[in-house]
Amino acid sequence: MRELKRVLKYVSKYRILILASMVFAIISALSALYVPIIAGNVVDCIVGKDNVDFTKIIMLLSRMAVVIIVTAICQWFMYGVNNRITFRVVRDVRNDAFKKLQILPFEFLDSNPQGGIVSKIIADVDQFADGLLMGFTQLFTGIVTIAGTLIFMFVLCWQIAVLVVVLTPASLFIARFIAGRSYKLFKAQSEARAEQTALIDEMVGSLKVVKAFSHEDENREVFDDINERLTITSLKATFFSSLTNPSTRFINNIVYAAVALVGAFVSIGGVMSVGELTIFLSYATQYTKPFNEISGVVTELQNALACARRVFDLIDEKPQIPDKEDAVTLENVKGDIDIKNVRFSYDKDRELITNLNLSAKEGQRIAIVGPTGSGKTTIINLLMRFYDVDDGSIKLEGTDIRDITRKNLRNSFGMVLQETWLRSGTIKENILMGRSGFTDEDVIEAAKKSHAHSFIRKLPNGYDTVIGEDGGVLSQGQKQLLCITRVMLDVPAMLILDEATSSIDTRTEIKIQNAFKQMMNGRTSFVVAHRLSTIKEADVILVMNEGHIIEQGSHKELLEKGGFYSKLYMSQFAS
Amino acid sequence: MKKLLRYLSEYKLEAFLGPLFKLLEASFELIVPLVVAAIIDNGIVRSDKPYIFKMSLVLVLLALVGFTCSVIAQYFAAKAATHFAKGVKRDLFANIQELSYEQIDRLGTTTLITRMTSDMNQVQQGINLSLRLLLRSPFVVFGAMVMAFTIDFGQAMIFLVTIVILSIVVFGIMLWGIPRYKQVQAMLDKVLGLTRENLSGVRVIRAFGREEDEVSAFKQQNDALTKLQEYVGRISSLMNPLTYVILNFAVIVLLYTGASKVNTGALTTGSVVALYNYMSQILVELIKLASLIITITRAVACGNRIQLMLEEKPSMAYGDLDNDLDYNGELISFENVCMRYGDDIEDSLSGVSFSAKKGESVGIIGGTGSGKTTLINLIPRFYDATSGTIRFKGKNIKDYKKEAVLSTIGVVPQKAALFKGSIRDNLKWGNYNATDDELWDALKTAQAVEVVKEKKGELDAQVTQGGRNFSGGQKQRLTIARALAKKPEILILDDSSSALDNMTDKNLREAIKTLPYEPLTFIVSQRASSVISCDKIIVLDDGEVMGMGTHDELLKNCETYREIYESQFGEGKKDA
Repeated sequence: MRELKRVLKYVSKYRILILASMVFAIISALSALYVPIIAGNVVDCIVGKDNVDFTKIIMLLSRMAVVIIVTAICQWFMYGVNNRITFRVVRDVRNDAFKKLQILPFEFLDSNPQGGIVSKIIADVDQFADGLLMGFTQLFTGIVTIAGTLIFMFVLCWQIAVLVVVLTPASLFIARFIAGRSYKLFKAQSEARAEQTALIDEMVGSLKVVKAFSHEDENREVFDDINERLTITSLKATFFSSLTNPSTRFINNIVYAAVALVGAFVSIGGVMSVGELTIFLSYATQYTKPFNEISGVVTELQNALACARRVFDLIDEKPQIPDKEDAVTLENVKGDIDIKNVRFSYDKDRELITNLNLSAKEGQRIAIVGPTGSGKTTIINLLMRFYDVDDGSIKLEGTDIRDITRKNLRNSFGMVLQETWLRSGTIKENILMGRSGFTDEDVIEAAKKSHAHSFIRKLPNGYDTVIGEDGGVLSQGQKQLLCITRVMLDVPAMLILDEATSSIDTRTEIKIQNAFKQMMNGRTSFVVAHRLSTIKEADVILVMNEGHIIEQGSHKELLEKGGFYSKLYMSQFAS
Repeated sequence: MKKLLRYLSEYKLEAFLGPLFKLLEASFELIVPLVVAAIIDNGIVRSDKPYIFKMSLVLVLLALVGFTCSVIAQYFAAKAATHFAKGVKRDLFANIQELSYEQIDRLGTTTLITRMTSDMNQVQQGINLSLRLLLRSPFVVFGAMVMAFTIDFGQAMIFLVTIVILSIVVFGIMLWGIPRYKQVQAMLDKVLGLTRENLSGVRVIRAFGREEDEVSAFKQQNDALTKLQEYVGRISSLMNPLTYVILNFAVIVLLYTGASKVNTGALTTGSVVALYNYMSQILVELIKLASLIITITRAVACGNRIQLMLEEKPSMAYGDLDNDLDYNGELISFENVCMRYGDDIEDSLSGVSFSAKKGESVGIIGGTGSGKTTLINLIPRFYDATSGTIRFKGKNIKDYKKEAVLSTIGVVPQKAALFKGSIRDNLKWGNYNATDDELWDALKTAQAVEVVKEKKGELDAQVTQGGRNFSGGQKQRLTIARALAKKPEILILDDSSSALDNMTDKNLREAIKTLPYEPLTFIVSQRASSVISCDKIIVLDDGEVMGMGTHDELLKNCETYREIYESQFGEGKKDA
């Protein structure tokens, strides 16, 4: 119910539209119910040969035409208004969710799979929209139609009205029963289907491995087994759920027969005319429809609310700690970093970094080395303040980085990660990253420095070539060069670089190395290093293993110490 | 699609009875207005109460028979559709598994998966609905019209005109809508792309302080989507009001002309009411029919795609040689081998010749796209070479039986793929008869003992789908163990230690060297350190062999190798 309140809050922004929707719904539902009445009255004017009241018929039929037009127009307006409310509410929810995305802490982003978050903002919101729209259009109209039908029927002939009211619950009961049963069967079906999809996904996804190990026959057996089970549950679910329509139609037909019987008897008694009987009969065919619709809407709405909850959970997620009110913006950052007594861990139960001390002076080079998965990126996370330290402090030019605006801090670093990230857009847009004040010449200049110019020039539209999501056709090395160009365009006082380990051919590799070298010149740089030359030239080497910083010092010092570093060095560079 | 339908032939009876019972139900439904007309004309006018009672009973009977018919119809339709799907899926899966590597590359695994899952569901749904409704809806529409003709020819013409106009409006709006809804979907995809991009690039975006710009860019895209949705919604929601107006105006005409005919005695009041009732039946069915046709077109398109997949026949032929276990010469030899994929304009591998014996280790090094993986994929005959000859134990590899060569080769692919099940299940892929001791031996060589030991249940520990509960390095070691469980004569490591640190990598290579069954080992790598101690190193660049020999030989006379080595080890380290 909490979700419902939230939804209403979003909807209440459009209350004038809601009011309009309700008015249109009432008018269209009631006038739609009025049409059969007029038709019935017309039938009463058609008594038999030479006994037809044409003047009255023409009057009634013109009235009918007007009512039909009014109904249609109100209906269309109602649909339009409902569309508008739904799509705008959905837009608002999406905007809020996306806005939230920008201030979510990395603790959340790193521990929640990307696909899940995307599906909340896209698929769940979409599902929510469908339910909401259906709710708006059918729930209210349905209720008005039922109420209107009952009132009209009681006014016309209360005996038959009572009969219909008594028989209605049977239809509802059956629809309910079938819906409940099919829900369970559908669940079983979707479980079996999910199992099959998972198998297909896994085995066809790695088909080459399957073939390399000649695992086809075993797979076929497993598949046939699941397939058999799926067929059985699928048959049950399909059959049972498809009973809804025939069953309610059946009840409806029984009601119809009862109305015909009682109506005819009453007509003979002269209480009701033939025309009025026609009215009842056409009501009887339409009467159960809104009931079915409403029960459909209720399930749909429940589903929609469940989806809404997932989105709201995301919107309500705890944001990162905002910048302090009095956070400063440092001018002319030179690049003095002072890390003091820092303690940090991702999982508060498992210690990771304890008592890290490091002081990097302007223009120094810090190399971070260690085996894969040893937590080298943790240092980057802390320096960029993607994560906050648990204890101790990191100071930039003597100011704690938590007292500086995030924007200012991050702008003081140029960052190139091993995982390249490019967005769909032109090459130029990817280099500029929204920064203004740079001419095309600046961009080309930067690309030349990073050795990206030669390949960009060869692309079909040069710097205006549009690349797809995540770089599209570009090779890994070219992507890396573009990411470097991005930083090269305006190199800040400090650098964070992650040397690529693989997937790049030798020649590109050398180019990237040169580009890095040029950037680092005179800047404080932190390099996740794999190359001996980088490591040897570093002022300080941080040696990491299993998340901890285990050694720290210059190349010479560490070799003399004969610890982990020297072992690592020996295994890697001497054979 | 046609050939797919033969899967229905096993359920011919169901596929025939389903629609038949549906037709019966519809026919009974069409009788109802006639009965009501009779009640009015005979019962009420003549005040014949027993007659009315009898006719009402007929109505109940019609309802009952109609219900029974439709339940039977639904059952047969569901049975035919689900069993049809079962048969197609079974054959499709079997056929997909028989495809060669070349076909897998050409078709793409994502496509194969889509065919088996969402396409298949669409077809099943389409078959089910077709059996149920395809005959029913037109039957009711035209049946109502025919009934109208039996009542009065002139009045029936009103039906004809109405049906034509209604069809135009219903199908017109749907046809208008389909491409627009695709546009909406495309817009939604853009919004989705933006969201995904923002998540994958969150570090870069925040590093550049672009959060607010991203929000406004998203808003813009989202607004555009909303506008389009509103526009498309406005037009498509015309359907209901428009059909309503058309139908009810037809009723007006019907009533007026009916009144005139009753006045001249050409028609009874009951008939007018019956015609009025038939008119209302038409609309519901017409709309159902329109949406059914859309479902069916979609299902046919999916069905055609599936059929193409079923017609895809394995493209490799085999000979009848068995693996000669006592053979002692060169296990593998390449003679001037070239390889070109599909419609490529250039060879991925050209003029490669080498040979290798039992117990040897062969390193293959080169940059991305240099042809390393292409080369080793030819060894188990995953692909056939475009030209040149590959010999396995002295005989052309194409002359062997299907599994003869493959069964003796252990492959560790670049992408470490594990499968759902226990660790033991995964390792046994290599050898179904392997004992636990043999598995532990393989794990030991693969440096994977701790990986298994630290999991609860050890060999019984569960691997989740795709091996997601293991890190990249752990997965690589387990896939190596899986290949070793085979005790292969030839072991192929395709860049399979990229996620391992250098020390583990080194230990692994040394352990393999001491294996008692002395496999011929191929090591593919980008790292010079991984191949440095191999008996023979093949240096590839752009599909060509730039050099072949030991590390020392290559350093002396292979420029490409020296370049690679120096970029990784720094200059002046030549004598290390």
